Amino acid sequence: MTTQPQPPLALLAELTHRCPLRCPYCSNPVELSRRGSELDTGAWLGVLDEAAALGVLQVHFSGGEPTARADFDEMVEHAENKRLYTNLITSGVLLDRTRLEGLAAKGLQHVQLSFQGASPETADRIGGYAGGHVKKLEVAAMVSEIGLPLTLNAVMCRENLHQLDDMIELAVQFGAQRLEVANVQYYGWGLLNRNALLPTREQLDRATATVEAARERLKGVLVIDYVVPDYYARRPKSCMGGWAQRFININPEGLVLPCHAAETIPGLEFERIGERSLADIWRDNQAFTRFRGTGWMAEPCVSCDRRELDWGGCRCQAMAVAGRADVTDPACELAPDHDKMLAIAEAEGTARISDYAYRQIGGPS
Amino acid sequence: MSARAIITETSVPRFPRGVRLKHDEVRSQWVILAPERMFALDDIAHAIIQEIDANRAVADIIDDLAEKFKAPRDQIRNDVLSMLQDFADKGVLDI
Repeated sequence: MTTQPQPPLALLAELTHRCPLRCPYCSNPVELSRRGSELDTGAWLGVLDEAAALGVLQVHFSGGEPTARADFDEMVEHAENKRLYTNLITSGVLLDRTRLEGLAAKGLQHVQLSFQGASPETADRIGGYAGGHVKKLEVAAMVSEIGLPLTLNAVMCRENLHQLDDMIELAVQFGAQRLEVANVQYYGWGLLNRNALLPTREQLDRATATVEAARERLKGVLVIDYVVPDYYARRPKSCMGGWAQRFININPEGLVLPCHAAETIPGLEFERIGERSLADIWRDNQAFTRFRGTGWMAEPCVSCDRRELDWGGCRCQAMAVAGRADVTDPACELAPDHDKMLAIAEAEGTARISDYAYRQIGGPS
Repeated sequence: MSARAIITETSVPRFPRGVRLKHDEVRSQWVILAPERMFALDDIAHAIIQEIDANRAVADIIDDLAEKFKAPRDQIRNDVLSMLQDFADKGVLDI
């Protein structure tokens, strides 16, 4: 497995950690990169060249807010010239019609626009940005008018899960092709704010029923992807489609990572863009080979017939909940630490905590 | 779009914006690239998909494939209709 891995299918390009929104669920590291340490334009264009040659087919531009960089448009154009499929993952609040039209003309293929709720009050409180929700509604309409394919990413947590019906309605209204009902995943700032974000089991069961009914009703009209919070799962998610198997992630400073939360795992030795080729890093960098495939597994994973379906779940979550990255993701009901995870869900899900530590560069205040 | 589109022999399928058929040189395979998803095509799927040109109706595509593969039209018809309906439901094909 470690000698000749399949090439990566997708690149997650985290162009910057800067973002006007302050969402407490953000999965970026609590220690955010500053503007001065970001890779420059030329370095990113080089990354795109290397990624295309390596076999990457899709580039997800993410952050932070990727459009906070004025050179983002140039990167889209360059990716299109390399026939890379480009996806913009955005909060939308920095976009206007001129820029969107420019991006579409340069070859942008798809926009994923996040929503923090279905009402301005709720969404702006979660996003920590006054006027954000109304601006997002405008941007969603613009994206549709321009004819760019649109996915709404509804980030759901305890405070906004009751608005799920309205979120689905919004997606239909805007002619979105896809809706991602993304329950918060607990990494970075999300982990820090877990006790204010985790829903109760009742909330989650209602949401699941809502999604199932909407999928039936909207078949062929709206594709709904549904991400359940791992804390109430019985089986772990196939995180990143397997560690170092499909995705390559580059952070704003040019660190090459197997996933965006990988820096939370001690003992991994990351390399930086420019130090070696992307192909070499993908093939044999220690952080990539450490959990690639099944060689690192112990019981219950090693004899499990799902070991090559879910790949033992998420290494960063094992680290966060079990305190070790090399054990079964506690989201799995067979994992020794599964009860611990469930206990966290039950205790924190019903906690009456509503104050957030809002995301900001420099760490929580 | 407000209702599910059902494919028939008179449908004229085409790829919507944001969906792209591409030959993946590194892996020597054909893929459909779509918003945050991709589908690797086997030989049969590619044989059907490559017929899509935004001009021809499904009936013509079936005729061509039946002739090309010397197979009964009914059998080809079922394969083509079910595959195109599936891709349409996934949002990667307009019909």
